[in-house]
Formats: sequence, C-alpha cells, structure tokens
Amino acid sequence: MTKALPSVSRPATPGFATFDEHPHSLLIDGDGAPDFGAIQTSEDFLALKRRVTRFILPATLLFLAWYVTFVLLSAYAADFMSTPLFGTVNVGLTMGFLQFVTTIIITMAYARYAKKRLDPQVDKVRALAETAEELT
Amino acid sequence: MTGANTTINLSVFGIFVLLTLYVVYRASARNVSASDYYAAGSSFTGTQNGIALSGDFLSAASFLGISGAIAVNGYDGFLYSVGWVVAWLIGLLLIAERLRNTGRYTMGDVMAFRMRQRPVRAAAANATLVISIFYMIAQMAGAGGLMALLLDVHSSVGQAIIIAVVGVVMVLYVLVGGMKGTTWVQIIKAVLLVLSGSLLTIFLIGKFGFDFSAMLDRATQRSPLGGAVLSPGVKYGSSELTKLDFLSLALALVLGTASLPHVLMRFYTVPNAREARRSVVWATWMMAIFYSCTLVIGFGAMALVGTDKITGAPGGENSAAPLLAFQVGGTVLLGIVCAVAFATILAVVAGLTLTASASFAHDVYANVIKHGEADPRDEVRVARTTAVCVGVLAIAGGIAANGQNVAFLVALAFALAASANLPTLLYSMFWKRFNTRGTLWSIYGGLTSCVLLIVFSPAISGSKSSVFPDADFAYFPLSNPGIVSIPLSFLAGFLGTILSKEPADPAKQSEMEVRGLTGIGSGLS
Repeated sequence: MTKALPSVSRPATPGFATFDEHPHSLLIDGDGAPDFGAIQTSEDFLALKRRVTRFILPATLLFLAWYVTFVLLSAYAADFMSTPLFGTVNVGLTMGFLQFVTTIIITMAYARYAKKRLDPQVDKVRALAETAEELT
Repeated sequence: MTGANTTINLSVFGIFVLLTLYVVYRASARNVSASDYYAAGSSFTGTQNGIALSGDFLSAASFLGISGAIAVNGYDGFLYSVGWVVAWLIGLLLIAERLRNTGRYTMGDVMAFRMRQRPVRAAAANATLVISIFYMIAQMAGAGGLMALLLDVHSSVGQAIIIAVVGVVMVLYVLVGGMKGTTWVQIIKAVLLVLSGSLLTIFLIGKFGFDFSAMLDRATQRSPLGGAVLSPGVKYGSSELTKLDFLSLALALVLGTASLPHVLMRFYTVPNAREARRSVVWATWMMAIFYSCTLVIGFGAMALVGTDKITGAPGGENSAAPLLAFQVGGTVLLGIVCAVAFATILAVVAGLTLTASASFAHDVYANVIKHGEADPRDEVRVARTTAVCVGVLAIAGGIAANGQNVAFLVALAFALAASANLPTLLYSMFWKRFNTRGTLWSIYGGLTSCVLLIVFSPAISGSKSSVFPDADFAYFPLSNPGIVSIPLSFLAGFLGTILSKEPADPAKQSEMEVRGLTGIGSGLS
C-alpha cells in the first residue's frame, strides 16, 4: 500500500514545489542535475538527518547493549541464567526469548517512526530537487 | 532410518524441483537485461522480497543444524538463533535503505561510490567471491551428508552423484531464471519451511498439553546431561578459552548476517528504500517465528527421540529434525521435512551462485576490465558464464569436502562478512573522511586477518575434530576469529584513512549522503 504513496505525494508539476515556503527551493545546477552540496546543507535535509539519527543511534546502542548483556551473562553468569522462573523455564531461556520480542518491538517501532517522521521529510527534501528527477 | 521411505522422499523432492523449475521458467520470459538478471528488474514488493530474504538466510545449516544443536546441547544451541534474529536490526536500521538508494546491483556499487572505482570494486568482488564460495562449499558438503541420512545413499559415489545433481539444478535456476527465478524459488522454499516448522511446533507443544515447561522437563530426562542442558555452558563453558570463543562467535553472528553479500544483493530486487525497509520487517518476523519454532523442535526432539539416538544416527546432530518428524508423523512427514531440507540447500546455493556471478561480471568485468563501458549484454553473458564456473567449482568443492567437518566454513563466512564488509559499509555510509585507502585497508585487512586466523585455528589442525587432525599448526587458540579480526578491520580502515594524503571527495560524499537518505539521483521512485 505504501507502494503508491511516493508518486502521489510528489507535486505534480515543478511549480508546485515552490508553493510551501521555499521560494528558492529548486536545488539544481545549470544542467538540471541535483545540487547535492546545496541539498546536503539545506534546512530540510539537516532536519531529516537529525530525525534519522535520533532514532537509529539510541536504538542501535540499546539493542547491542542488550544483546551483549545476554551473551556475557550466558558465558560468565551461568548460575544466574539457570535460575528457574516458570517451572523448568529458566532466566536464560526467558531472556533469549525476550531478545526475539525486543527485536520485533524495535523493528515495528522503527517502521512506524519511519512512516510518520522520516518518509514525509524525505518527500520534502526530494521536492527540492524535483525538476531534476523529472529530467533524468 | 529405513529404505522404505526413500521413494516418498525422492518423489516429494522431485515434485518440488519440477514445480520450482516450472515457476523459474515462467518467470524468465523477459529475462534479458542486466537489471533483470541481477536484480529482477527491481520488480518485487517488500513483502515478497522479505520472504525471499528469510529464505536466503534460512540455510539447511540453520534449520537442521540449529534444531540439532538445541536437541544435543540445549541452551548453547539456542544462542545461535538469538544472534541471527537480533542481527536483522543492523540490516534494518543501518544498511537496507541506504544500500537500496545508493547502489544498483552489487555490494561493490556502494563501497566504490565515492572512492576510486577500480581498486575498490576489485576488493569488493574479492570479498564477495571468497565469502560466497566458502558458504557454498559448506552447503554442498552438507548436501552429501544429508543424502546419507535422508535417502539412504551411503556410497561415496552415490553421494557425489547427488551433489552433482543438486549443483546442476541450481545452475539451471540461475541461468534460466536469473534473480527473478531465484527469488521465486526462495519464496516457495521459505513458505514451505516456515509453514512446516510452525505446524510441527504446534503439534509438538500440543502433545505436551501446550506446556513448554513440561516439555523441557521431559527433555531433561532424555538427555544424558540432565538438567544441565537448560543452562549455559554445555558446549562453551568448559574453560575461559571456550567462553572467549563463544563471545567471538556471538559477535560474528550478530555483525555478519546483514553484511553477507547474498543478503545485501537482495535489497536491490525492490523498487525503492521504503520497500527495502518493508523487506527487513517481513524477514525479521519470519526469522523470529522460525527460530522460536526451532527452540520447540529442538527440545521436542530431545524429549521424544532422545539425545543418544540423535548423536548415534548417521548425520549426527543434523538428524534431529528428520528423526523427530519420523517419530511424530511417520514416513510422509519425514518425506516432507527431507524435501524441504533439500529445497533449502538448493535455493541457498542458487542465491550464492547468482551473487558470486553478479559480483564478478558487474564489478570485475564491467568496471575493472572494461572501465565501466561494457555492453550490458556482454555483462550478462559474462555473469552466466561465471555462474556455470562457480557451479562447477561448488560441485567439485562439495564432493571434495564431503564427509569433512565443514561446519566451521559457515561460521567463517559470517566472521568474514563481519570483518571485511561491515566496517567498510559503515565507514563509507557514516564517516565523511573515509577514503580509498581506508576502504582497501578495511576490506583486505578484515579478509586476510580472518582467513589467516582460521588457517592457524584449532578448526584446521591440532585437534581430533580438525580438518587435518594429524598436523598441528594451531597457533591461534580460538576457532572463531571474529573477536580479533572485526576490531582489526575497523582499525585498519581508520588508520588507512588517517595515513592517506588523498582526501575524500567532498562532492561525492554529499551525493552519497543525500542519495542514501532520500534516493535523489538514483532514479528510484
């Protein structure tokens, strides 16, 4: 369903791109190719970069730390990991299964965040170079 | 296992081969351009590609191997599954979308994007070929071992013939179907695998009144290790050295998965970054479900079949899932599980062949030899020829390695990918100053240190389970080199960049960063 989104959300004509408060927004050079240097320093792109970093940096550190904790405990705290929790199911097996659960949670959270906070911003940045894309 | 079920196994497998060949043939109608051959014209949806991704990743080693490792070693076998599931977060958060936006066909496209093309592409192709061929020989050798178990073929000539047949069918998939056909084979196989795994799991857990604890209880009674199988340390806990080895393995598993070349190449079969993201979401779900199932299947095999019977069977650990299937569902279920296992080997090897041939044709032939001005038709022709050569090599390697202990080759492939590819990919995406020399140092530094450490490890010589048990040149004490070679590669990439006088190309860096995040300039929608 997201497949149709990009083409719909893109302005139909180049003129449209100038509509939203960016009178100077077509960041393309004389040949109609995107001016990557200018896009890279544009406010919209920097905002996109911040939003990306705000999610992936803490998420990556978190899941790596959680995984390393699990691995280290398995290697060096076998007694703790063998403590029974539910019947014969012990801390280690539960923690291992929880790794699956947290992986799914982070995955779904990122998918949601990307759809709500990243994709619209990507469209905004793409609008900056819209005519260039039409020409190529 | 008795010979009576051989006919059923063979016919279920035969049906699978005919069905997939038909699908591959149907999918191949317009299979002409380079984009079609390498990336299926980027025409798959995220969902389809996500299922295929999990198919690429769920090799026979992870299906039979992991359920067997759990059935024999209990908790320590389960550790593999955890690493392989968590690893997909790296693919999702750091790699998939940027890779799709930046490259076209191969890993080399991304690594060489803002570097000098020829040396970097050659390096990327070297890494791809080495990793893919190691991985492939492990799969092919495993195929021989499986035959002994599943088809009751015990003569080495018979096994060699079967390895050759597997090789020929897989080259056919690649030649006829290209990426599109191979992807469909992966989709069919992944659905079969996850479906049969889930059904077996539900059935098993139902047998114990949906009480996992009761199942574990029964399992501990059937294992010679008793309650210890539920605790860490059965396999890796005996000394400080084995614990370190385990840490090293855990590191390679989590960092290597998302940088395996055949996994990376899958991201090009979808039209844009959003679909690439959806692919990983789907793949992660499939993995989490499947590896939860192997936990139940593994302990179920321990409970119902018993560890002694599994280790005593031909094929050893690998026979846990088939033996369990026979126990609960008779010859028909055994036939299905065996056919799925074969299909898995076939499909994974086809994916690897395609990746290796694409890397040679696109990176080496088109960009290094022809300086980027090759006729796309010639490029595809070279890719197909390479696929045949790789296939022959895999068949020969598989026959030579048949019966050897080659499990370390799979672990090595992960360590190699984590050492040679991941640091390079991360640096080139996230570090502005990274330059050509840094790229070459991190690829070759990771690749050579990893291979050398393996050569001098106990996996090759010096112990009873080594490839050369009579020689002893195991100067490096760990079987898994990752804990040394991964940091080394990061360091090499850093030093290479710092020590080089050649600055990074700022214009190319801007282009790569903007394109990686937004897709501007890539022509993708």
